[in-house]
Amino acid sequence: MSSLEKHSYDVIVIGAGGAGLRAAIEAREQGLRVAILCKSLFGKAHTVMAEGGIAASMGNVNSKDSWQVHFCDSLRGGKFLNNPRMVELHAKEAPDRVWELETYGALFDRTKDGKISQRNFGGHEYPRLAHVGDRTGLELIRTFQQKIVSLQQDDLAEYGDAEARLKVFAELTVTELVKDGDVIAGAFGYYRETGAFVLFEAPAVILATGGIGKSFKVTSNSWEYTGDGHALALRAGANLINMEFVQFHPTGMVWPPSVKGILVTESVRGDGGILTNSEGKRFMFDYVPDVFVDQYAKTEAEGDRWYEDQENNKRPPELLPRDEVARAINSEVKAGRGSPHGGVFLDVSSRLSPEVIRKKLPAMYHQFKELADVDITATHFEVGPTCHYVMGGVEVDADTEGTAVPGLFACGEVSGGMHGANRLGGNSLSDLLVFGRRAGTGAAEYVAGLGDKRPSASEADLEAAGKAALEPFHADAQTRPAGSATPENPYTVHTELQQVMSDLVGIIRREGEISEALEKLKGLRVRAENAAVEGHRQFNPGWHLALDLRSMLDVSECIAKAALERQESRGGHTREDFPIMDPNWRSVNLICSLTPGTNDMVLTRKPVPTIPVELLSLFKRSELEKYLTPAELTVLDGPNSSSTVAGEQA
Amino acid sequence: MSYQADFKVWRGDTDGGDLADYTVEVNEGEVLLDVIHRLQATQAPDLAVRWNCKAGKCGSCSAEVNGKPSLLCMTRMNTFVPEETVTVTPLRTFPVVRDLVTDVSFNYKKALQIPAFAPPKDLAPGEYRMAQVDVERSQEFRKCIECFLCQTVCHVVRDHDDNKTAFAGPRFLIRAAELDMHPLDARTDRAEFARDEQGIGMCNITKCCTEVCPEHIKITDNAIIPMKERVVDRKYDPLVWLGSKIGLRKS
Ligand SMILES: Cc1cc2nc3c(=O)[nH]c(=O)nc-3n(C[C@H](O)[C@H](O)[C@H](O)COP(=O)(O)OP(=O)(O)OC[C@H]3O[C@@H](n4cnc5c(N)ncnc54)[C@H](O)[C@@H]3O)c2cc1C
Ligand code: SF4
Ligand code: SF4
Ligand code: FES
Repeated sequence: MSSLEKHSYDVIVIGAGGAGLRAAIEAREQGLRVAILCKSLFGKAHTVMAEGGIAASMGNVNSKDSWQVHFCDSLRGGKFLNNPRMVELHAKEAPDRVWELETYGALFDRTKDGKISQRNFGGHEYPRLAHVGDRTGLELIRTFQQKIVSLQQDDLAEYGDAEARLKVFAELTVTELVKDGDVIAGAFGYYRETGAFVLFEAPAVILATGGIGKSFKVTSNSWEYTGDGHALALRAGANLINMEFVQFHPTGMVWPPSVKGILVTESVRGDGGILTNSEGKRFMFDYVPDVFVDQYAKTEAEGDRWYEDQENNKRPPELLPRDEVARAINSEVKAGRGSPHGGVFLDVSSRLSPEVIRKKLPAMYHQFKELADVDITATHFEVGPTCHYVMGGVEVDADTEGTAVPGLFACGEVSGGMHGANRLGGNSLSDLLVFGRRAGTGAAEYVAGLGDKRPSASEADLEAAGKAALEPFHADAQTRPAGSATPENPYTVHTELQQVMSDLVGIIRREGEISEALEKLKGLRVRAENAAVEGHRQFNPGWHLALDLRSMLDVSECIAKAALERQESRGGHTREDFPIMDPNWRSVNLICSLTPGTNDMVLTRKPVPTIPVELLSLFKRSELEKYLTPAELTVLDGPNSSSTVAGEQA
Repeated sequence: MSYQADFKVWRGDTDGGDLADYTVEVNEGEVLLDVIHRLQATQAPDLAVRWNCKAGKCGSCSAEVNGKPSLLCMTRMNTFVPEETVTVTPLRTFPVVRDLVTDVSFNYKKALQIPAFAPPKDLAPGEYRMAQVDVERSQEFRKCIECFLCQTVCHVVRDHDDNKTAFAGPRFLIRAAELDMHPLDARTDRAEFARDEQGIGMCNITKCCTEVCPEHIKITDNAIIPMKERVVDRKYDPLVWLGSKIGLRKS
């Protein structure tokens, strides 16, 4: 590929969401030359859609909040399967990362004394989410975009070139990571606008590509969420962990059909909204699981008092972690107590005045008014579960975000471990900030450690990458896999894939159905290889989808394989045939990887990193007994354990 | 209730193009972007269109619908009568790339020219204190989803490419206003910048930008007019203005 356009940088960041931009800023501030690559225009990444807020224990609204409480909430939310070191770093560093945003120009909503305001969210003990109305993600993206502009202005002044050390290549899709032997050497992709190929050579690549929701039919996610980063990492030799854990957000829009899946922010419940069934009953009181009975209100009266007086009352069960609420809604609908279009009712109109609703939830008001003709200040509205977030992702080192492949880093939704079996609302945006920055540092240290050595891509690999990307244009009879007579429409294959995943590996799973899904995925893979596109390479969505399908199939296979293997129910993985959360499974991570040199996906087991005793001691023993095995609990009986350590930490 | 609707969609690239006729199924509750997607899936797989969120949050799906700059994902099909032919064309003010996709790089160049937020020197991270009433004015402008509908509708540049050098467009005038009204921004020359570098004087307050803004930002009343007045006032009484800015910081 002699005519191939080539660029050379110190660090390539793939993804311009919150994680990628924070990583890029960090690497650039540490003196490296950085390129950011993204599929959409700059400023449009999925993070703009985030609504509710950023979780950080600043204690502005309730001064009792601390990193320790945030740590415990996140671990509980993740059903103790999280990587404890990540949870610790996240809880400790999130406040600094939020305050830093103000120095970049972010304007959060304020408390009466002028500090950053914080709101309640499911699973968070205290009001913890820094927010801007219900458009927090937009604020985050715009703030980073403007910070990047400011760094570019510095470079313009210093070098006469705004893009001397930090450049954004927008509307560019990476299709392959390239390696030099065992180490990363760069990324290969195409410009969406022209279809031309381009190579970025760099000793460090940071994946920040977000999630996988487009493999499911009903989702809150955008077209970008095809799991590219997950698939790129897998093919480069990194591991994916926890892929069976997919979060279904309990409240997506269900009507009209064209908006089905669009998110209704959890803030609606955080600010007082209640869930009712067709009989008008607040059904969540019937669904408080054992592990949470001590933390949630038993009566409506107590739940209602909590909004005013959190010291003396417990929170209403509408604010249970998302997996619990999504399952409850699913059960109500199944029992025939759903709303007309197969959801349940969410209501703020009877709880807050129209003025307050419009002020606190302006985007939701707008969204329902314009898309569904519903006035949420006047009436309840229908909601139901929607595929929202993937807890699973690339396995990383907690401190540096490095993966199993030297030079490859991952942060944000594409990485795994931080959220365990279920993510708390607000913990993603803080995750992007904390681990985005750490990935930037990790990459900078790695590059410094290389000295003058620079890996380079081999000509053969580039040829192969280019050939693979052009296959959809040549799906003619000779190259067509055996058994497939006609070329496939990529849109049709995509729709069928979504149907398979939603029907067979969705919110409630069974062995027979998952096995069936795995069979069907095999068939879809053959058909995807046979997807043909019309037209030429300039901005051709059919071609783009044909390529994205490969990532979606890789990711779907990982999800299904891991879901079949895990014979218990925990967080974002519910098995009807194994309904119990089993402490013996708590310490097991399922790892997806490719057998080197092949396309065979294998599943292996690895222990979840142990929770250090000083962190375990932050919990009451009675609570730990619900999650850990008796053998695991014995560490608490050791000489330098429990009470003293807990005392220091409290 | 489904029906077949007629559409004219501009197809072409930098070498030119034309309106193409399509008949596509429309179902209850759909928005125009759903129909464009059905068109892609069934008849025109290579039809180029930008979109991301399909919820009016990202500002990607901007196009002109029957000549009016609009978000495709927020244009409900029930705003048309079933017999009506709906015409969809790319944003007129920016060069076409392909079909409904235009080259909006003009906007990113303008963004790069505005001096960034200048943090107050005397405050460490975490020490910022601002009253809600004081941040609200700038927050209105930060609702901007950068759909660039205001940029495409503004007559100063819509059919006058030569004005593009001197005029930043409404989206970036609100950015200047946002920084000017930020309680802690350390710069004091935002209004002058709007006058000298952004061509605020070329705006003659037609309010077309405010009318198309999907975020209902009062671009003219709350940003452009106050900024125009600010430039005039400050010539006479800079101290009054400075005092008010310091006052805000203490509140
Ligand atoms: C509607 C909604 C509301 C949410 N609200 C909240 C909330 O209130 N609080 C919270 O904490 N979390 C929330 N979340 C979750 C959170 O927004 C996401 O998890 C988070 O924004 C992901 O950020 P990211 O930086 O990892 O990726 P993204 O922001 O998704 O960015 C991914 C980037 O990678 C790029 N990319 C992907 N593939 C490629 C490729 N092959 N080549 C080049 N570039 C590529 C994309 O173009 C994009 O720029 C919400 C999610 C949704 C859907
Ligand atoms: S009010 Fe000014 S900026 Fe807005 S469209 Fe009219 S001339 Fe353009
Ligand atoms: S000001 Fe309004 S119309 Fe202009 S770019 Fe922003 S959101 Fe779009
Ligand atoms: S697709 Fe995001 S605004 Fe229309």
